[in-house]
Amino acid sequence: MKKVIILGATSAIAQATVRLLAARGASLYLVGRNAENLEAVARDAATRGAPKVEFRALDLNDCDAHASLVERAWQALGGLDGAVLAHGVLGDQDASQRSWAAAEVVLRTNFLSAASLLTELANRFEAQKAGTLVVISSVAGDRGRQSNYVYGASKGALTVFLQGLRNRLAKSGVAVVTVKPGFVDTPMTAHVPKNKLFATPEQVAKGLLRAADGRKNEVYVPGFWALIMLIIRSIPEPVFKRMKL
Amino acid sequence: MSPSDSWGRFPRVEQRTRSLVWRSDALPKVDGPVLPHGLGRSYGDSCLNAGGTLLLTPGLDRLIDFDAATGVVRCEAGVSLDTLLRLCVPRGWFLPVTPGTKFVTVGGAIANDVHGKNHHRAGTFGRHVRRFELLRSDGSRRMCAPDENPDWFGATIGGLGLTGLITWAEVQLAPIRNPFVMQETVPFDNLDGFLRVSAESEADHDFTMSWVDCLARGKKLGRGLFYRGNFAPSQFERLPLAKSHLSHGTGLAVPMDLPGFCLNRLSVSAFNFLYYHRQRGRPSRQLVHYDPFFYPLDSVYGWNRIYGSRGFLQFQCVVPHATARDALKELLERSARGGLPSFLSVLKTFGDLPSPGWMSFPRPGFTLALDFANRGEKTWRLVEELDRVTREAGGAVYPAKDARMSPESFAAYFPQRDRFAAYIDPAFSSSFWRRVNPVSLPMPSLEGRGDSAVPPASLLALR
Ligand SMILES: Cc1cc2nc3c(=O)[nH]c(=O)nc-3n(C[C@H](O)[C@H](O)[C@H](O)COP(=O)(O)OP(=O)(O)OC[C@H]3O[C@@H](n4cnc5c(N)ncnc54)[C@H](O)[C@@H]3O)c2cc1C
Ligand SMILES: NC(=O)c1ccc[n+]([C@@H]2O[C@H](COP(=O)([O-])OP(=O)(O)OC[C@H]3O[C@@H](n4cnc5c(N)ncnc54)[C@H](OP(=O)(O)O)[C@@H]3O)[C@@H](O)[C@H]2O)c1
Repeated sequence: MKKVIILGATSAIAQATVRLLAARGASLYLVGRNAENLEAVARDAATRGAPKVEFRALDLNDCDAHASLVERAWQALGGLDGAVLAHGVLGDQDASQRSWAAAEVVLRTNFLSAASLLTELANRFEAQKAGTLVVISSVAGDRGRQSNYVYGASKGALTVFLQGLRNRLAKSGVAVVTVKPGFVDTPMTAHVPKNKLFATPEQVAKGLLRAADGRKNEVYVPGFWALIMLIIRSIPEPVFKRMKL
Repeated sequence: MSPSDSWGRFPRVEQRTRSLVWRSDALPKVDGPVLPHGLGRSYGDSCLNAGGTLLLTPGLDRLIDFDAATGVVRCEAGVSLDTLLRLCVPRGWFLPVTPGTKFVTVGGAIANDVHGKNHHRAGTFGRHVRRFELLRSDGSRRMCAPDENPDWFGATIGGLGLTGLITWAEVQLAPIRNPFVMQETVPFDNLDGFLRVSAESEADHDFTMSWVDCLARGKKLGRGLFYRGNFAPSQFERLPLAKSHLSHGTGLAVPMDLPGFCLNRLSVSAFNFLYYHRQRGRPSRQLVHYDPFFYPLDSVYGWNRIYGSRGFLQFQCVVPHATARDALKELLERSARGGLPSFLSVLKTFGDLPSPGWMSFPRPGFTLALDFANRGEKTWRLVEELDRVTREAGGAVYPAKDARMSPESFAAYFPQRDRFAAYIDPAFSSSFWRRVNPVSLPMPSLEGRGDSAVPPASLLALR
């Protein structure tokens, strides 16, 4: 990945990824909502060695703007060979249960906007028969739980969408990499008491790039989450539905 | 590191933490006083805030600009010196001043106005700071530089994190041609020997520092090894700058607290004896990478844990030239006598280059740093005695390494204290500040300030 668009570039995991890419000499097109913060990330990347860094402030829930966004990034970097989708919201499960409006924001941000962006990017990558699409999903998408099933559903839908896309693009040589982090110590989880299961954004960024380099399909980061989720997925539904999860 | 203690692991306090993320964000609204906290490499209580909230700055770790032609770097205040070295050494620049660890933040280096082995040539870190932004709890942001808000500049350098949050800073780096230091080690037999080698060395060496055998007594009192060096001369220029970062993520780590018996009088004696005799009394020269030269302790990550869970107390003072000989003698004698001797004792000259910081610790004379395993009452009394000897000698104790200095000592060491107090942000405070400014002491400038100062009574209640 030498010419990469980063969606949700102000996310903690995205910033750590941007640093690693900058150190490798990749050119970057950064997209996020807050222009001031985006500029801070862009300057950091440029100072750390990215030969070219541009940024654009945009609410990614505005799906109508996606085609022109990708076109602009394409022009700015002279083509793209990589994309990292990192934007997302955790939402508040209680609020999502009480009001559909709250739930819809979570589904729109984590699934619909990602699906729209991926449609745009996949078609271009398919045409050039090259490129890597790296998308941050979540372990939460592996099984619905009462404590965060709206977020989980948005990520589960994303994971399934990516499986289909991977299947479609395999013959074109385009890699579709699904990254499923467990708990990560970022502003998204600032309110959650931390324990040993928490990874740093830097660890996740390293795992993410390792997966991208290896053109992996689905990875858990850190890897031990594969085991945890295997156990969680294998609990029979009649038992699972009675558990406090 | 757990946020309940400092690098000395003494004292331990209850406090809350908030992580800062963006330099453009407002300060978080919390109950009680706040205090910025970098990498917690201060000892004692100057980076602690019992009953209050620490604003953790390591998330403010973005670089903003680096000009490889002029060596001017601009970065957020939570950027570590380690990060700056990785950025600038391959491009031919080095830190203008560096403390004995690279795991400190730029904000922490400014707030304690840190010094290094080149104090006699370069002064303190604050002299090389071109400007910074100061964010106050009222939401105001000030650009501070020698010619812009110079009073805020002077109050904040060495300002112990009390004047507000430094969000970003611009620092002038120093040019180097290679990452190696030509180091010479000269043994000296006693304190007079140190004073002699020191006087001889300062003119021709950018970096000087001595290790002192704190167990030697009588005629050998103050014997030790003098280290002096310069970045390597031009014949070493072809050594690669690019591959110049050595000791990262490698080396040893102290994974858990060592039990108290690991560090007893015998092991300290053995260490000091071997260390001195390793040199076999002869001067020697050697080409070393800058990393082990400047940061010998960084290769053992978490070395503070060798002192066990009770932690340790550092003591660092400076004494003026006029009283130095007698004062150093007394300080060394008392610490050798005081039960458990200091494991690492360091002696160095401070030059006369002034700092822009009003509360800066370094001043002309000799500085002595000692560390003592915390054995409770006995250790505290010893450190308090050393504080008294320092005050009587007209010297000063370093707040960044202090857990015991008295309010009277603090007032004597920092004559600009009252002028400084008027610049303290009303929402900011630290355990150290409350300790050395108990309510019984008159604080005239608090009244004159006319803003919403927290009344001193409630400050004390938070202790
Ligand atoms: C092994 C070792 C060797 C050392 N050698 C030396 C030496 O040679 N010379 C020397 O001078 N010191 C030395 N020190 C002490 C160390 O350099 C200082 O204590 C330094 O200030 C620590 O920086 P920090 O980032 O860890 O800050 P902390 O210890 O977390 O905080 C230090 C102070 O800085 C303030 N602060 C931090 N960030 C900000 C900010 N953004 N805005 C405003 N205030 C802020 C805090 O409130 C606090 O008052 C050494 C320490 C160790 C552990
Ligand atoms: N943290 C975890 O424990 C964890 C675990 C598994 C998966 N993940 C996933 O990892 C990804 C990165 O999250 P993070 O942990 O790094 O959290 P983060 O720092 O909070 O990042 C989330 C980012 O998404 C951006 N964003 C949200 N809605 C947006 C919109 N409509 N348009 C544009 N940008 C928008 C936010 O931008 P603003 O700054 O403008 O709000 C923010 O930068 C997310 O997809 C998250 O679901 C996180």
